[in-house]
Amino acid sequence: MTDRRLLSIKAYEDIDKEIAKYPVERKSSAVMAALAIAQNEAGWVSEQVVEDVAAYLDMRPIAVWEVATFYGMYNLEKTGRSKLAICTNLPCALQGANKTVDQLKAKLGIDFNQTSSDGAVTLKEAECMGACGDAPVVIINDREMRGKIGVEVVDSLVEELKLR
Amino acid sequence: MITLEVDGKTVEVENGSTVMDAANKLGVHVPHFCYHKKLSIAANCRMCLVEVEKAPKPLPACATPATQNMKVYTRSEQAKNAQKGVMEFLLINHPLDCPICDQGGECQLQDLAVGYGGSGSRFNEAKRIVSTKELGPLVSASEMSRCIHCTRCVRFGQEIAGVMELGMAGRGEHSEIMSFVGSTVESELSGNMIDVCPVGALTSKPFRYAARTWELARRKTVSPHDALGSNLTAQIKGDTVIRVVPYENAEINECWISDRDRFSYEGLNASDRLLSPMIKTDGVWEEVDWALALDHIKEKLASSNIKPESIGAFAVPQATTEELYLFQKFIRALGSENIDYRLRQTDHEASSNSRVPWLGMSITDVEHLDRILVIGCDIRKEQPLLAHRMRQAVKKNDASLAFINSMTSDSLAQAAKDYLVAPSHIAELMCQVVKAVSGLLGRKMPEGFDDCKVGKDANHIAELLVSGSKKLILVGAMCRNHADRSKIEWLSHLLGELVDAKVGLLSEGANSLGAEIVNSLPGSNGLDAGEMITTPLDAYFLLHAEMGEDSCMPGPAADALKSAQLVVALNAFKGEVSEYATVMLPISPFSETAGTFINLEGISQSFGPVAPTKGLSRPAWRLIAALGKLLDLTDFEYQSIEDVRAQLKDHLDGLPAKLQMKPDLSSMRTQLKGSAHVGIERLSDVPMYSVDSIVRRASALQLTKEAMFDCVWVSTDLSTELDISDQDIVRVEQGGNHFDLPAQVDSSLMCSVVRVSMNSRASKVIGGVTGAVRITKLHSVSTVA
Amino acid sequence: MITSNPPFPVNSYGPDAVIMKDIDGLNWNLSEYEKRGGYQALRKILVEGMSPEDVIAEVKKSALRGRGGAGFSTGLKWSFMPKGEGQKYVVCNSDEGEPGTFKDRDLLRYNPHIVIEGMAIAAYAIRASVGYNYIHGEIWEVYERFEEALEEARAAGFLGNQIMGSQFAFDLYAHHGFGAYICGEETALLESIEGKKGQPRFKPPFPASYGLYGCPTTINNTETFAAVPSLILEGADAYLSLGKPNNGGTKIFSVSGDVVRPGNYEVRLGTPFADLLEMAGGMRDGNDLKAVIPGGSSMPVLPAEVMMATDMDYDSIAKAGSMLGSGAVIVMDETRCMVRCLLRLSYFYHEESCGQCTPCREGTGWLYRLVKRIQNGTGEDGDIDKLLSLSDNIGGRTICALGDAAALPVKSFIEHFRPEFEYLIKYKKSQVESI
Ligand SMILES: Cc1cc2nc3c(=O)[nH]c(=O)nc-3n(C[C@H](O)[C@H](O)[C@H](O)COP(=O)(O)O)c2cc1C
Ligand code: SF4
Ligand code: FES
Repeated sequence: MTDRRLLSIKAYEDIDKEIAKYPVERKSSAVMAALAIAQNEAGWVSEQVVEDVAAYLDMRPIAVWEVATFYGMYNLEKTGRSKLAICTNLPCALQGANKTVDQLKAKLGIDFNQTSSDGAVTLKEAECMGACGDAPVVIINDREMRGKIGVEVVDSLVEELKLR
Repeated sequence: MITLEVDGKTVEVENGSTVMDAANKLGVHVPHFCYHKKLSIAANCRMCLVEVEKAPKPLPACATPATQNMKVYTRSEQAKNAQKGVMEFLLINHPLDCPICDQGGECQLQDLAVGYGGSGSRFNEAKRIVSTKELGPLVSASEMSRCIHCTRCVRFGQEIAGVMELGMAGRGEHSEIMSFVGSTVESELSGNMIDVCPVGALTSKPFRYAARTWELARRKTVSPHDALGSNLTAQIKGDTVIRVVPYENAEINECWISDRDRFSYEGLNASDRLLSPMIKTDGVWEEVDWALALDHIKEKLASSNIKPESIGAFAVPQATTEELYLFQKFIRALGSENIDYRLRQTDHEASSNSRVPWLGMSITDVEHLDRILVIGCDIRKEQPLLAHRMRQAVKKNDASLAFINSMTSDSLAQAAKDYLVAPSHIAELMCQVVKAVSGLLGRKMPEGFDDCKVGKDANHIAELLVSGSKKLILVGAMCRNHADRSKIEWLSHLLGELVDAKVGLLSEGANSLGAEIVNSLPGSNGLDAGEMITTPLDAYFLLHAEMGEDSCMPGPAADALKSAQLVVALNAFKGEVSEYATVMLPISPFSETAGTFINLEGISQSFGPVAPTKGLSRPAWRLIAALGKLLDLTDFEYQSIEDVRAQLKDHLDGLPAKLQMKPDLSSMRTQLKGSAHVGIERLSDVPMYSVDSIVRRASALQLTKEAMFDCVWVSTDLSTELDISDQDIVRVEQGGNHFDLPAQVDSSLMCSVVRVSMNSRASKVIGGVTGAVRITKLHSVSTVA
Repeated sequence: MITSNPPFPVNSYGPDAVIMKDIDGLNWNLSEYEKRGGYQALRKILVEGMSPEDVIAEVKKSALRGRGGAGFSTGLKWSFMPKGEGQKYVVCNSDEGEPGTFKDRDLLRYNPHIVIEGMAIAAYAIRASVGYNYIHGEIWEVYERFEEALEEARAAGFLGNQIMGSQFAFDLYAHHGFGAYICGEETALLESIEGKKGQPRFKPPFPASYGLYGCPTTINNTETFAAVPSLILEGADAYLSLGKPNNGGTKIFSVSGDVVRPGNYEVRLGTPFADLLEMAGGMRDGNDLKAVIPGGSSMPVLPAEVMMATDMDYDSIAKAGSMLGSGAVIVMDETRCMVRCLLRLSYFYHEESCGQCTPCREGTGWLYRLVKRIQNGTGEDGDIDKLLSLSDNIGGRTICALGDAAALPVKSFIEHFRPEFEYLIKYKKSQVESI
């Protein structure tokens, strides 16, 4: 076995913890978690990530690829330093999400699925995040949710992300 | 049993049946796409929606369980509305490019659209474009906009081929069938995806645009490439076979065929087809007519320089029974007993009359096994559809599989357990298993096993074999070419008797059994294939044989042939035999002659020609008969193939008894252990697409990864020990000869093993057999950079 | 770690709250939960020795109905599980992604142990030894908190072997989603736990006979499990009497849209909609109510006057022509263009279709494009009827209910607000200007 591993030791330890949740012969149950862990570390799900995870979980690469392309939060391309996903579904829209979006696009000078020229922010349109009470809602880099992102807080949010 | 009504007709089906099963039983056609009788039920196309009494909405016939007294209406208003609605959705994004589609005329979508589609389209939006996928040399996915997402191809890979090559990536409308970035689709069964695809999304790459389906004549035949005897439909345009698809036969190949069976036909049309008899004079080949060629042979044989007992004959197990029968009859009539079809076999100790090489059971019964031990065999490549039956055994009966091999079994089934040993240690491990089994069963230890120490692996295998109820021990073709062949076979029989398992011996080609029953084997004082090479003879006759590829001693074979006075090659191709033959006689490949193959189960299948003979070539049986007559040999009057078959009848009638014959286990008590080496050993295999002269000329197959075998595969351990990386040039020394080839690190190999295929360039020099080798790294690619 | 949420007053979820009673945003951990009477129901079962059958009978009697959407009787569902030996699973559906629904998130971050306890009780009742909670990938911090709560429960012996000294053993794990609404559908969720795409399975077989890894499985919504501890502790009758016959207990409604205080409110089933609206502070900016989707975006929309006369329980809302669904109440006022509202929902279903069924894969995109045409002023006569006919060709013809979920809004929006669609087609602009 070659030890040319893609991820950090910590990442594999985390994946091992996920594997331990499932019956021994059901390692592939950990594929979503493994891809999320890899994305958190590598920034995106590259072909190499898919191959590595496939090998680690005894899966066919195409089976991992199916998963990676099915679930919307996996980045199949590199993103900026921050991936900013904003929900535009009806409850958020009723709370002004579209105005927030317009403001974000103007401030960052980009459209959805683009990255600001300084590489700071990639803007994504997202579906209901299950937090409509705090609408409009955004998620930064998959893990950090913020609510009540009206037009008035867009500037400070963008400034904050640019500093990251 | 369940009784229900479909369209007013009553039908009884078994418990667990679906509405589709019930309809099928009645012959009621329910339109469908995703449903395929051999695949799991996906119920995703929704084309088979039918009305069921009391159900609030239409239900998919393919997935809805049949229940007692159910009333189903497949053509009611509700059912037809649902079906029409689905058809509309299927067509909105379909390119409707039937006039240029290879599937045109045999497309399920086209057929059903006529019946269920509306006339005009209500869809005014832009159609979805799906990008072309590059899947390698066999399967074309150039028009993926035609895909209707039925996932048959994906399920085929997962469930039948046992390798998931295609998946449906993406979600919703963006879902696309694809392979993982850059991966080709070329597992040994992948061509079946073309058949299961109900539309023209996956098509045959070699066949693309070669013909419109309605221009084709379709004729049934049998595959010569492996021992299964798959039934084929050859499709002919003009005089040429331009496509091969399965002919369904539940007992043999079901509705599948291997890629080798499917794409080999390209070899039939190879550019080196021999189209006229040829004689070599002073090193120059000259086309002659038949009379001249045969007279030339007659003259040569009559000359006193050629002694009858110094005539040798090589046949191959791809030849038909009729050919093999007449060939041996002819050689024997000339006065020689030197005839053999086992050109890659080296160990002839246990003479093969102890047991003909057969499966030991029926092909369909393999699915019902619960214990399978496979020895020295790359089953997926040797007998792809037998591997499929084994996967079914795992799926249906939770069968346990164990492999004694020198490389891992490459995901045959998750359940398979590999026990890796070097080739020379296989017999030793088998001894241990016999001993362990005897221990577990409390039997008296057979003699000769005293100093054998039972290891952990042997215990595992023994435990596996003493449990279970339907068992098979299967010895692979790799073992047939092994120096310990007789020991391994003998031990297998012993083990089989102990644990009450059937024992199967796999053979090469479609017709080893045919060769055996007509005695295409050396007589009691005749020479076997190896001896005919090591003892150069005056004259040789070759039936379909290309010694550079079909023999395990290509170098010495060429030497022997070149020094002979007469070498008559009966062959369909001239490329190779022209190097050493003195006379080349053009004979028909299987597709242009009538013949009979006897498969590994003992089923005898006769077939007729599917295409006319090419050039001046003749069916071999006719030619041999003519030659016999010309030489005034007795009883060579054959008017038709039926005359030959009449003489085969006795042989065929004797087959069942031969199959049931118990091997003589008393014959072999000495020298139980194998020829165990220490150090590095070579594993030698016949690459999947090199097994016979037709496959070797099939151009698409030759572009697959499987055909890239001009290298030395080095185990991971050895690569570390010897500091060898991919592409480094290494020297392989074996038996005093050596050859240099690029290396390829292969993690599936047992630690002390390198693999050099029999048909690699090296084989011509160092021969094709397993044995001790020395490996040295000559130069590394990385130093260049 | 959730850091961003400030504490709030304990009665924020309403005076009748049972599940969210005494919750203040900070008191989520085990010791606080135990102070509120946590794990007493499990203790009652294990120590007093209620049999699994007793538990199921109690749940049946309480008229607890699934809070995830379909409103199926929970006790009945549990009773479908085979009684014999063999591996069984209990699975919690926290993949809350139905637009407008955000109650499970609050439950898991502010009161995770009530879900753990509810699942443990369910596991006991159906004889499962392992459970998974599938948590929406978008609420990552909540997933992490739930993991923390699981650690606490394991350390305290509420999970693991010989729970509270009994023979009952139960292991529970969290599994996160990663951005696929369809995984809320129970069989898609199981596929997803198995490491595959979340594509729903054809039923039958139902999860009770063929569920996770092919084993019998019970799957319920987060809130359903959360309702179980108090139901067991206080008894089925007490629980039932909180609501109405056949509609037992309290329900958390997620109110969003044009109200003053969007948020979760836990009320007795059968509470008038008007009261709920008042809890949410009434209509924003003094605008008039125009329409309400009472049960999550997949359910039919209802016009103001129907809603104002309706009580919030399964049967009443069904009678009014919609469904209680997941309890997501999306409120739209007079300034809203219903075509635009529908457009956003149609886009959602088109984006979230898993792609296996032909009608859903092809039809949702077609619906969306047609609504878009109408909305942007390029619609044609006949488009409305085409929408209705396509909806009929999708609804009821797919493996899972997403097909219906895509069709129902279209049909109900047209049914109740057809003039707005016609106006747009005729005049190429909306009757009302904002979304
Ligand atoms: C498209 C679709 C999405 C769904 N999403 C959810 C969901 O987010 N949460 C949930 O609990 N149930 C959801 N369901 C319902 C579940 O399939 C299932 O009925 C429910 O989890 C059962 O739990 P219950 O009986 O406790 O309600 C969804 C169903 C469909 C068809
Ligand atoms: S209805 Fe849609 S989401 Fe549901 S299974 Fe079918 S394609 Fe998937
Ligand atoms: S054949 Fe039944 S749904 Fe496809």
